[in-house]
Amino acid sequence: MNLLDNTAFDMGDIDYHWCPGCGNFLIMNILKGVLTELDLKPEEIVLVTGIGQAAKMAHFTKMNFFNGLHGRALPVAMAIKAVNPELTVIVESGDGCTYGEGGNHLIHAIRRNINVTNIVHNNMVFGLTKGQASPTSQLGYVTKMQNLGVFVEPFNPLTFAIALNASFVARAFCGDKEQTKEILKKAITHKGYTHVDIFQPCVTFNKLNTFKWFQENTYYLEDTFDPSDRIEAFRRATEKGKYPLGVFYINPKPTFEENLAVYRENEVPVYKRKKDLEKVSQKLFSFI
Amino acid sequence: MKTSSFSVNKKDDISIVLAGAAGQGIETFENLLISIMKTTGYNVFSTKEYMSRVRGGINSTEIRVSSKRVAAYIDRIDILIPLTKDAILHLRKRITTDTIIVGEQENIEGALECTDCEVEVPFTDIAVKLGGKIYANIVVIGLIACLLNVEEGLVEDFLKQRFSSKGEKIVSNNIAAAKKGFELAKELKADQRIVIGLQKNPHVRDELLMDGTEAVAMGAIAGGCNFIVGYPMAPATGVLRFLAGEAVEFDIVVEQIEDEISGINATIGAWYAGGRGMVTTSGGGFALMSEGLSLAGVTETPVVIHLSQRPGPATGLPTRTEQGDLELALYAGHGFFPRIILAPGKIDDAFYLTQDAFNLADKYQVPVFILTDNYLVNFYYNFPPLDLTRIKIEHHIVKTEKDYRRYELTESGISPRGIPGFGEGLVAADSHEHDEEGHISEDLHYMRIKMVEKRLTKLKLLENDVILPELIGSETYKILLIGWGSTFHLIKEAMELLGERDISFLHFKQVYPLYPDLSKYLKKAEKTVIIENNATSQFGKLIKQHTGIEIDAKILKYNGLPFSVEELVEKLEKIVKL
Repeated sequence: MNLLDNTAFDMGDIDYHWCPGCGNFLIMNILKGVLTELDLKPEEIVLVTGIGQAAKMAHFTKMNFFNGLHGRALPVAMAIKAVNPELTVIVESGDGCTYGEGGNHLIHAIRRNINVTNIVHNNMVFGLTKGQASPTSQLGYVTKMQNLGVFVEPFNPLTFAIALNASFVARAFCGDKEQTKEILKKAITHKGYTHVDIFQPCVTFNKLNTFKWFQENTYYLEDTFDPSDRIEAFRRATEKGKYPLGVFYINPKPTFEENLAVYRENEVPVYKRKKDLEKVSQKLFSFI
Repeated sequence: MKTSSFSVNKKDDISIVLAGAAGQGIETFENLLISIMKTTGYNVFSTKEYMSRVRGGINSTEIRVSSKRVAAYIDRIDILIPLTKDAILHLRKRITTDTIIVGEQENIEGALECTDCEVEVPFTDIAVKLGGKIYANIVVIGLIACLLNVEEGLVEDFLKQRFSSKGEKIVSNNIAAAKKGFELAKELKADQRIVIGLQKNPHVRDELLMDGTEAVAMGAIAGGCNFIVGYPMAPATGVLRFLAGEAVEFDIVVEQIEDEISGINATIGAWYAGGRGMVTTSGGGFALMSEGLSLAGVTETPVVIHLSQRPGPATGLPTRTEQGDLELALYAGHGFFPRIILAPGKIDDAFYLTQDAFNLADKYQVPVFILTDNYLVNFYYNFPPLDLTRIKIEHHIVKTEKDYRRYELTESGISPRGIPGFGEGLVAADSHEHDEEGHISEDLHYMRIKMVEKRLTKLKLLENDVILPELIGSETYKILLIGWGSTFHLIKEAMELLGERDISFLHFKQVYPLYPDLSKYLKKAEKTVIIENNATSQFGKLIKQHTGIEIDAKILKYNGLPFSVEELVEKLEKIVKL
């Protein structure tokens, strides 16, 4: 039980854009608790989000935020972390934003191993645009748009991230506050790119994957599961019927920022370093 | 060596063209020769035209060596070195009866059909005897250096410097190759068949020799740039490549990004976090940045964009030039937001304007474009040292207080810009319409109106810092030539050749927002002539929109090549006589 005061991240009496009972509320409260327990301050964190109901998290929690474009949160996060590695950078958005519009950035954020936690609210449907299929919608799922039922292969974010040799890959269910909190804590404190796909119900548009459905169709990876075993992680990530939850894969490796030429021998954030015009002048001499 | 019967006497301004296939070392030749000529005390200019391929095809480089300053492309060829069979055909229109064509037998076939001056030199045979085919270009360099009265020792020094890392053998072979070139040239000079009289000016040695790419990149460094990204695309990649080499020395985060959408979003993210970022691209890549540009607009995040134009639509002509993306830069991005577009015409301006772009972006929290093109980024010439006392890196970041509001409504329209982690406040950036704190707002009767007006006010404010157009020639004129960006030197040299006193030239290095009092220049002229390297006179349209004045005559070119000085003279003569 969390006895810490997480009101530092509260926005007070605001008008939430989410439906009553939305999984976003659960994730928001879990996140606030995690940040409090990790003793992070709102000024030290930047929450970068895209567009969609999940992405509005930036407006409902109190911290620095960059609420950018649909699908484009990761490049922004990469740059923020590269310019100022002292900040804790968290990306949060939905399945459509991250796995649809932002697909290419996801590939390369993982490849670069940017030191950012990417939290994906996965409710398997587009909420804000009123109920179209998302990349993670299940086969046969009928919507007004996909009126024959979804017939394209659902996107599996876990096998995808493990295939790219991501540094940290996990899945959680927002209905389990304690376990999700532990997973997020591990993710945020892990050095490198961390991917946390969080199952959540959409109470308005997804009548198939409900709160109860997620409860009945998920279970946790065993305590004996070894997250350093990539092949096994991949195999478990392919499981269907009942979906495993937990940390699938951990692969410590140097981060993007550590690899950048500017930080190889100097840890001072680049934005703090002063430019010396005398040096510019010397460089110009080389053009004589 | 065999020569036709000829005798030429050339003064002041020599144009040397080397033409061959991609992969024949033309670029190394260009770099080496212009450095040698400049160190000798000659003014130099060089420009290349090349095909979009790694091997084969025909590429050519023009090097002007002159007693006076030169900075523009001319059609005339005084000395042509064809390195392939197709070279003469490729350049046929530019060859005259006194173009000296020097080359191997197989490459100069048909030369006498267009010139009287043919010199056959078995460059490859000579080079092979010296140790390998690769020395052929150095024999050519020796030959040209000697024809242009360069000291042999100076060429040797250059070769030593250039090849010292490759071992003594390579150095001595190169020196022997250059020596051979000198011997051949001495024969040509012996009976006064070729006389070239160029004046050496010792001051030229102390000048800078740079291309547009280097000037933009150095300008970025001097502007405090500490973040650069780009996706490889001609002709914009050079800037990214240059800065990659300076990453450690000048504290720059450099990344080759996955696509241009990422490029603009990342650059905006860098500024948000307190960095000074630039993204470098060409038209096709910039087209992908449209939404990101709009994001910079609504979030009021500074961003610097180097947009180096090439002809479109779509892939178009990847390695050719055009001033075709002015309207793209002007109108890209949905919704209204202010922006600044700078278009250097001179290499020093490419430096100063890029430097200033970072200050302007920071001050006004708007996107700033450096609009160059393939012609500008690839030409070199010597110019006097840059004046660094003229520049300053201006920062406009504030330390935030507890109750900081990123989009605080102010009289000027500019809200003090904080960055995360600096001060006690929280810093927001929001792509939605937002309130002063940066949170989503659908208050249509107050906040939306205030925020639109805030961004509009900034546009008006930008006019305070507009860079004045540069008037070349007399303040009183009958004919006013108008140009922008890379055509500066072409128009200037053409105007000088015309020698008419009643003509002046107005050059714009800031094309948006336009100089507010522009119509005073136009109204003074009996006739206005606009010169643009595009098909529809994009800048002329902007001037009309701004002043209501229709430009009288237009000289437009859109085949993918820059104007030549001669071509401009010919077209202007017709217009002037009307």
